Amino acid sequence: MTQPFLKVEGLKKIFPGLGGAAPVTVFDHIHFGIEKGDFACIIGHSGCGKSTILNVLAGLDEASDGVVLMDGREVAGPSLDRGVVFQSHALMPWLTVSENVGFAVKSRWPEWSREQVREHARKYIEMVGLGHAMDKKPHQLSGGMKQRVGIARAFSIEPKMLLMDEPFGALDALTRGVIQDELVKICAATQQTVFMITHDVDEAILLADKILLMSNGPQAKIAEIVENTLPRPRSRVEMHHNPNFYALRNHLVDFLVSRSKKIAEGELPKDYSPEHPPIIRPMAKAA
Amino acid sequence: MARSLTLRAWIVSTALLLVFIGIWQIGTLPKTGSGATAYADPEYAALMGGASTQSAGLPTPAAVGQTFVQMLSNPFYDNGPNDKGIGIQLGWSLARVLAGFFLAALVAVPLGFVIGMSPLMYKALNPYIQLLKPISPLAWMPLALYTIKDAGTSSIFVIFICSIWPMMINTAHGVASVKKDWLNVARTLEVNPLKTAFLVILPAAAPTILTGMRISMGIAWLVIVAAEMLVGGTGIGYFVWNEWNNLNLSNVIFAILMIGAVGMLLDMIFGWLTRFVTYQE
Repeated sequence: MTQPFLKVEGLKKIFPGLGGAAPVTVFDHIHFGIEKGDFACIIGHSGCGKSTILNVLAGLDEASDGVVLMDGREVAGPSLDRGVVFQSHALMPWLTVSENVGFAVKSRWPEWSREQVREHARKYIEMVGLGHAMDKKPHQLSGGMKQRVGIARAFSIEPKMLLMDEPFGALDALTRGVIQDELVKICAATQQTVFMITHDVDEAILLADKILLMSNGPQAKIAEIVENTLPRPRSRVEMHHNPNFYALRNHLVDFLVSRSKKIAEGELPKDYSPEHPPIIRPMAKAA
Repeated sequence: MARSLTLRAWIVSTALLLVFIGIWQIGTLPKTGSGATAYADPEYAALMGGASTQSAGLPTPAAVGQTFVQMLSNPFYDNGPNDKGIGIQLGWSLARVLAGFFLAALVAVPLGFVIGMSPLMYKALNPYIQLLKPISPLAWMPLALYTIKDAGTSSIFVIFICSIWPMMINTAHGVASVKKDWLNVARTLEVNPLKTAFLVILPAAAPTILTGMRISMGIAWLVIVAAEMLVGGTGIGYFVWNEWNNLNLSNVIFAILMIGAVGMLLDMIFGWLTRFVTYQE
């Protein structure tokens, strides 16, 4: 059996208890894999440790136990192989859009000339539709535009994998939709492998090929892995006409509303094994 | 509307100045006959000489104005140790302030960086900073004079010791409150710590650091006058004290206004510098 591109094995995180409280095991026995070119989303309630998992993948945080392998090598510390899109865009306000992206490009290719860096940055800034705003400072941009620059910065280093922590969480619904569409296009064009956190079921259905469902913490688990039964390319305008859409959506909503809590209380299928979470493919019932 | 506000402000400012000068003029009108009785002790009056009772009173605005013209028309003359132009005296004071200030910056900014980046160093050094910060810089003077054995260098040391705290504390605070996200960006891009310090932390903390420098400069300019009064020799502080000993209040008033003008100029320079490092989030 071949190894998946990204392999997470037995991840566990314990947070020390504050003020003498007992330490909390946020999650435990987390196993999953992501194939090259896959777009994976992780859904779960706040506090289940999604962000911690992403930070461990990014190398910004350390797990208490378990390993992450990418391309057969262990992830130890941050690396240019993994681009990160932060929830709060994290642009440096004293740099222009082009300098912000250029900062990343220069770190990736330190030997490049100033012109090369700028040209490369321009390519990615234009890709997110901000060619006209190259020399603007972040405070002159709207929230959506800032997040696009964050996405351009992450793509510009041409990472093997992109990690996104609720990148659209702070945006209004209209802007979110537009950027989601752009992301679908960019990912299709670049064959980028992506791991993304979201709270939004529709966003997950639109973007993800694989949706990891996490039960509530503490001791959160990957309860199941849902494969998207809607074929690519998916579009926001049309996907809800697909017969499988509501089966998939209802499955995800049911999980978030009731099952995630029940699982946390111990109600798991008998044959559940955290090493191989069940793979579900919700389909419309044949009429 | 904005223009008329500026205009009205100018009018009010000018009116206030005229009122002030008017009151001053009335207050210093020569009082015929009462001059001799200004001194309670006739013996002292005799000692001072009858005529000098008039000139010993507060000078009139016109007299101060005359001093302004006189002093400013020839600011760099040098007639020996007790008679130098105002430009030379201010120059000495500025040189000492700048020397002490830059030496302090050389120590305070790197040390502030270390304190801001390392919680251990913060905890370890904080008690010393808290203890040394409230000490009046002039209290160091005897120790400085004894160890350095040079009056000029001692006043530079006093400037150094008073400028160092606001700069160090502001630098530490600025560095410690750099957004975690920006540091994480640098980490995920594998930027080395030295580059991160210069390319991320320094620009992020620059406005706070410069504010600290501005506060330090303000304090340094306050302290230099007192320091030079103590050590004497040269400088605007010595000038004020020397003119007081000469009982030339007209020169004292002139010097006071000059101190204010230079202090304002220094602050304006820092205000102007701040514009280059300020960013809007």
